Amino acid sequence: MPPPIRIIPLLPVSVELISSIIHPLHSVFQTEIILEEPLPGLVEKVYDDSRAQYNSTDIIRKLLDREELLIRKSFSNTFAPDPKSKIVGITSVDLFVPILTYVFGEAQLDGQASVVSTFRLDNSIYGLEPDPVLLFERTLKETVHELGHTFGLYHCQNLECAMHASTAVEDIDIKGGMLCNECRKKAGVDR
Amino acid sequence: MTENKKSSILIVDDETIVRESLTKWFKQDGFRVESAEHANAALKLMEKGPWDVVILDIKMPGMSGLELLKRLREIDRGAQVIMATAFASVESAVQALKDGAFDYVTKPIDPDHLSHLVSNAIQQKKLEDENSILREHITELSGVNEIVGESPQIKRVIDLSLTVAKTDTTVMIRGESGTGKELIARTIHANSARRYFPIITVNCGAVAETLLESELFGHERGAFTGAQYRRKGKFEMADGGTIFLDEIGTISPKMQIELLRVIETKQFTRVGGNEVLSSDFRVICATNRNLETAIKEGSFREDLYYRLNVFSVLIPPLRERRMDIPLLAQFFVKKYALIMNRSVSEISGEAMDMLVRYDWPGNVRELENVIERAMVLSLPPAIRGSDLPFQNVTKLELPKDDTLAAMEKVHVESILDSTKWNITRAAEILDIDRVTLYNKIAKYGLKKP
Repeated sequence: MPPPIRIIPLLPVSVELISSIIHPLHSVFQTEIILEEPLPGLVEKVYDDSRAQYNSTDIIRKLLDREELLIRKSFSNTFAPDPKSKIVGITSVDLFVPILTYVFGEAQLDGQASVVSTFRLDNSIYGLEPDPVLLFERTLKETVHELGHTFGLYHCQNLECAMHASTAVEDIDIKGGMLCNECRKKAGVDR
Repeated sequence: MTENKKSSILIVDDETIVRESLTKWFKQDGFRVESAEHANAALKLMEKGPWDVVILDIKMPGMSGLELLKRLREIDRGAQVIMATAFASVESAVQALKDGAFDYVTKPIDPDHLSHLVSNAIQQKKLEDENSILREHITELSGVNEIVGESPQIKRVIDLSLTVAKTDTTVMIRGESGTGKELIARTIHANSARRYFPIITVNCGAVAETLLESELFGHERGAFTGAQYRRKGKFEMADGGTIFLDEIGTISPKMQIELLRVIETKQFTRVGGNEVLSSDFRVICATNRNLETAIKEGSFREDLYYRLNVFSVLIPPLRERRMDIPLLAQFFVKKYALIMNRSVSEISGEAMDMLVRYDWPGNVRELENVIERAMVLSLPPAIRGSDLPFQNVTKLELPKDDTLAAMEKVHVESILDSTKWNITRAAEILDIDRVTLYNKIAKYGLKKP
């Protein structure tokens, strides 16, 4: 059985949007998907004035610090996060890494933590009419993608696979929301 | 970017966060990634290469990125270097590109742009590597000598061909039909600086006069009945390479004028066209006609003759280099044994006698045809005299011993017979002076019949 996946809404973000991807995520990863309580205040700590954006690497670092704290605290209370679980923070703020103008998300390759931003998945930032269905699809695909990295997956050449690289939002729209057979096997989530 | 475990990227930047971010970014694509904090570390890492792509920051403490770029290019010209800087300047961009950088980007980089840039850089590297391999392969192939023979005459032809190959000089190859004029032309081309470009052959004698102009210069659509499409001519196709004009002695006076103009100006227009086209080609031509006689008769232009006959290579007929016949015959036996999948690999003594004694009016081409026919008819393992089409050839008296003197005597006698005891001609063929030939005649007791 693949490790459980914990989704952490990093405010500001639409919890309703996140809830809508739980079931499809379960279909992809064939494991328990846990939606945690929304977490306020984390992303503000990683805001970069000079860029007017939020550092995704720092978000991952903070998520891991939080994990460590939770595990330490778990000795004195009943909540014990599964150390094998994969965590994905989803937020609506604009993410960056210093060398790039933006990122859709970031993940530890074969690690625990990842983060996804819906900021550049929303049609409205491109001056287009908002499209909730498209936003849902894009959010799902990018969440599968970043989680896929935490399961040890590299970018995939299959255009239909969610692990296909996307450096522009159009690339996200072209690919599918599922993992291809090969990636499923490599990730250990084969049915 | 797509999964690419074989490509490698070296990141050179003094900022840790940049190195870490890019390393992570490229590792997700399956690249092998290493990073260096400064120029010295980068130069050390070059030993772990080769690197397909280097992403190099311009502003670094110590040696600058531009300086390091030059050093990297000296170590590995194949690595595609992408310069990255937070301080954009036209001067540094231009300088970097002049010094051989693949491209130049300003930080922060758009991820879509970076993805395409790295893909293109890798593709460029692959093309350059492939080009390099193909060039080496061509150079190797050009060293393969298909000209079979050990006689002094053919060795002289080969030497002359290899000498003139190094130049761009126009060559006229002369020799009887079937002596291998096209083979010599291809040898010259394959050993020239133009070997990476095509050699285009035109058999001027085989193309109808009315179509030769179109064949050589091309035509525009509608230039004549049947010209449904624009067509490139052979001069255009030979751009960068060589044009081989076989049977040059057969072309009409009108075509001779046009040819002279094209060879001198390297310019022409397609039939039915107005645009003046240029082509950079080297001319090799061939003829089995006596052009000097044709000039006297008025059927070949003297000015064109001098334009084409800058360097002449004369291929002797096969009967003047009989010592090459056994080698050629064996070569063709091997060739056709492979093609026909036959286990015939030898030529009987009797058959070889007949082959050596025969005069070969059709030269090497005729010899090849005879061997091919004999390979069909013969029973393994050898071609016999009865497999050959000519039965009336005088049997060659082979020397009774294997000494060099005995072989030399037979060869000298054979050449004297084939030249009807023309001492000057025989000496020329044997590549010795007349006095030496007279001495050998005396030494071996040879007598004119």
